[in-house]
Amino acid sequence: MSPTARSTTTRSTTAAPVAAGPDTSAAAPRHVPARSTGRLRRRVLDNLTAYGFLCAALVVFALFSWYPVIRGVLLSFQQVNFVTDPVWVGWQNFETLFADPLFGVAWRNTLLFTGLALVIGFAVPFAVAVVLNELRHVKAYFRMVVYLPVMLPPVVVAILWKWFYDPGPGLFNSALRAVGISGPSWLNDTSTSMLSLVIVATWASMGSATLIYLAALQTIPGELYEAAELDGANLWQRLRHVTVPQTRFVLLVMMLMQIVATMQVFTEPYIMTGGGPEDSTVTVLLLLYRYAFVYNDFGTASAMSLLLFVVLGAFSALYLRLTRTRS
Amino acid sequence: MSTQIQRSSLALVLAVGLAVTGTACGSDEEGDGGSGGKVAITVNGQPAKTQPFERKMFDQDVADFERAHPDIDIQPREGFMDPKTFAAKLAGGQLEDVFYVYLTDPANLIARRQAADITDYVKDVPHYEEIQPELREIFTDDNDRVYGLPTANYSMGLLYNRALFTRAGLDPDDPPATWTEVREAARKITALGDGTQGLAELSRNNQGGWHFTTWMYSVGGQIAKKDGDRWVADFNNDKGREVAETLHAMRWEDNTLGERQLLVFEDAQRMFGAGKLGMFVGAPDNIPPLVNQFKGDYADFGLAPLPGGEGTLIGGEGYMLNPKASPEKIRAGLTWVQWKYLNPDRMEQTLKTYSEQDQPIGLPTAPPNAAADVWVGDLREKQQQLREKYATVPVENYQSFVDGLSELEKNIEPPNAQQVYAALDNVMQGVLTNRNADIDALLADAETKVNTALAQVR
Repeated sequence: MSPTARSTTTRSTTAAPVAAGPDTSAAAPRHVPARSTGRLRRRVLDNLTAYGFLCAALVVFALFSWYPVIRGVLLSFQQVNFVTDPVWVGWQNFETLFADPLFGVAWRNTLLFTGLALVIGFAVPFAVAVVLNELRHVKAYFRMVVYLPVMLPPVVVAILWKWFYDPGPGLFNSALRAVGISGPSWLNDTSTSMLSLVIVATWASMGSATLIYLAALQTIPGELYEAAELDGANLWQRLRHVTVPQTRFVLLVMMLMQIVATMQVFTEPYIMTGGGPEDSTVTVLLLLYRYAFVYNDFGTASAMSLLLFVVLGAFSALYLRLTRTRS
Repeated sequence: MSTQIQRSSLALVLAVGLAVTGTACGSDEEGDGGSGGKVAITVNGQPAKTQPFERKMFDQDVADFERAHPDIDIQPREGFMDPKTFAAKLAGGQLEDVFYVYLTDPANLIARRQAADITDYVKDVPHYEEIQPELREIFTDDNDRVYGLPTANYSMGLLYNRALFTRAGLDPDDPPATWTEVREAARKITALGDGTQGLAELSRNNQGGWHFTTWMYSVGGQIAKKDGDRWVADFNNDKGREVAETLHAMRWEDNTLGERQLLVFEDAQRMFGAGKLGMFVGAPDNIPPLVNQFKGDYADFGLAPLPGGEGTLIGGEGYMLNPKASPEKIRAGLTWVQWKYLNPDRMEQTLKTYSEQDQPIGLPTAPPNAAADVWVGDLREKQQQLREKYATVPVENYQSFVDGLSELEKNIEPPNAQQVYAALDNVMQGVLTNRNADIDALLADAETKVNTALAQVR
C-alpha cells in the first residue's frame, strides 16, 4: 500500500462514524478519495497554465538543447553519412583529431585569444566604466557612444575593421603614414594578427560589459569614497581599496563569462583572416567548422565539440558555484 | 475565469503544437513521389530570381523537357552546392533527387556513399562516351562504378587587362608565356602607379591552396602522388620551392603583388574590375562577372594559357543523384541532366538564343552549358565552330588560351582537396606576408599536414 493510499484509508475511518449506518462503511472509502481527487483536479486546473508553459519549455529544451547535446556526444564516437546507419568507431574520431597538427595550434591560439581578451577586453571596459562613473556632464551621451558598436552586426564590424587594418590604403596605416610612421601589417603579420582580432572583438562588445560595470559601480555607497578621501586616499588608492573590492563579485562573474565567450571566438577569424596568416588565427571553433562544413566529417567535428564542451563546462560549473554561493 | 481558460487553452495548444512539430521534424518526407503515374523528381541548379534571364531560360527548359517527357515531373529548386547545408539536407530527407556538385566534391561524396551508384543506368545516357575521360573519371571510383555526370568544366589560365598592358607598353596580343615574363609584365604594370598592381594572388579560405596547386601544375609539379595504396604529398621538392620562391620574389623584391594580402577570389575580381590589377590566375568563367558586376568591357579582358607551359588545373561542375532515390527517379534524373546539360541536339539552338539575347557567347565555358568544354572529338569541334558562329564577345582575345590548352596537361584536383588546400594556404600566406619566410620550413610543415589529410582518403 502506498503512503498516499494509507493516509486516505485513515481519513476514511475517521469519517465513517459521522455517516452512521451499515452502508456508509462501504460508501465512505469511495466518497473520500473522490473528494481528494477533486482537490487534485482543482489544483491541476488552477495550475494548468503553468503546467502548459512548463511543458512547452521542456519540449523546446529537450528538442533544441538536450537532444542535440546527446546526439553530439553519440556522434563523437560514430562515423555518419546520413544515408546508412551510423558506424560505431570507438575513439577513432579523437585519434584523427589528435593526429591533426592544427588541433594543438587551434587550442594554443584560442587560449592566446582568451588571454589577450582578459588583458585588453576585461580591463578596458572596466576602466571606461570607472571614467564614465566619474563624469559629471554628458554622461548619457558617452554611454551611448560606448554602447553604439554593440548594435552593429558582427559581420559589419569585421568588414569595417578589415578596411581599418588594410596595410595599404587602410585607415590606421594611412593615418600613421601621415605623421611619418610606417604602420604594422596588422592582420597580415603572424605577430600582430591575433592581437588585431582581440582589439576588434573588444571594440565590438565592450559596450555591454561597460554598462554592467557601471551599474555595479553605482551601487557602491558614496560614504566609502568620502571616508577614503578623509583618510587622504588618492585616486589610485580609492580605486584599489574601495572600487575594486566593492565590485569584486561582478568582476569575477564577468571574467568567467568572458572566458566562456572568448573561447568560442569564431566570427572575427572566419571573416577577417580565415585562420591565417600561417594558422596564427585558427581557433578551436574555426577548426571545428572546417571539419563539419568543409571536410564534411561530422564525427570528428563532434569529438572536437565534446572536448570544448568539457572545458567550457568546467568554467560554467565554476560560474554556477560562484553565483549560487553568493546568492 | 474566461481569461484563465483562454490562457490555459493557449498553453495547451502551444505544448501540443510543439510536440506535433517535433514529431513532424522527425518524419521523413514523401516516398517515390509522382502524380498520375508520373515520376516526380526534385532538381537544384535553378538560378536565383536576381538573375532574371538565366532563371527564365531554366524555367523554359523545364517546361520544354516536361512537354517532351510527359512521364516526368520536374520540381526545380533554387541554388547549387552548399557544403554547409548538404549534410543537414541529406539527413533531413530534403536533399534534391538530382543535385549540383563542384568537381572537388565527388571523391568525398563517393567515399562516404552520399551519392547513388548510377553505373547500371549510365550506359543508356546518350553521348556519355564522348565526354572528356578526365571529367568522367572524377565521378568514377576505383572499381569503375559511376556516380555522376560532369556538365561543365574550366581550365585555369592567366586573365589579363589588355588596356593596362597597352598603357604599360606591353603587347596585349602577346601575353606572357612564362612566369619570368609574368614577373616582367607585372613590374611594368605596377610602375604605372596610382595603386595599380601587377598580379594578385589568393591565400585565404583554401583558395591559396587551390592557386598554389595551379602554379605547381603549371611548372610540371604535383601536389599528391600514389605510393602503393596510399596517397602522399608531392610538393616539398624543387618544383614546390621554385613556385614559392617566385611568389616570394614577386611580393618582396619586385613589389608587384601589393601590400594587402589574405585575399580571396572576390578581392581579385574587384581589383581587376576596377582596372587596378594587371593579371590574375583564373578561369574563363570569371570574365562575364567582371563585365556584369564591375561594369567592365569585354574588349579590355584577355585570357592566356597558364604560364609555365607544363600543365593546368581543371575543375568544374556536374550532377549526382540522391543515394536514397529509387531506380525510377535515377532514370528520370539522368534523362533530365543529359537533356538539359549534355545535349548536342540542343547545342546550336541554345547558343543562338543566348546570342540573340546579347549574352556572352564565345568563351570556352558555361553558361550556357552548351558552350562548356566537356566534349572530345567531333562534338568538340562542332561546339567550337558554333561558339565562333554565335559569338558576342571578342573571341580573338581568348584564342591563345583555346589554342594553348591542347598542349597543357590537364590535372584534376588532389584527393581530399579542401583539406589539402587548407594546409597549402599556409605556404601562400607565408611567402606573401613574411619577408623573411623560411620556404623550406613552410613546405615541410605543409607536407606534414597534407600527409595527415591524405591518410584519411578512403
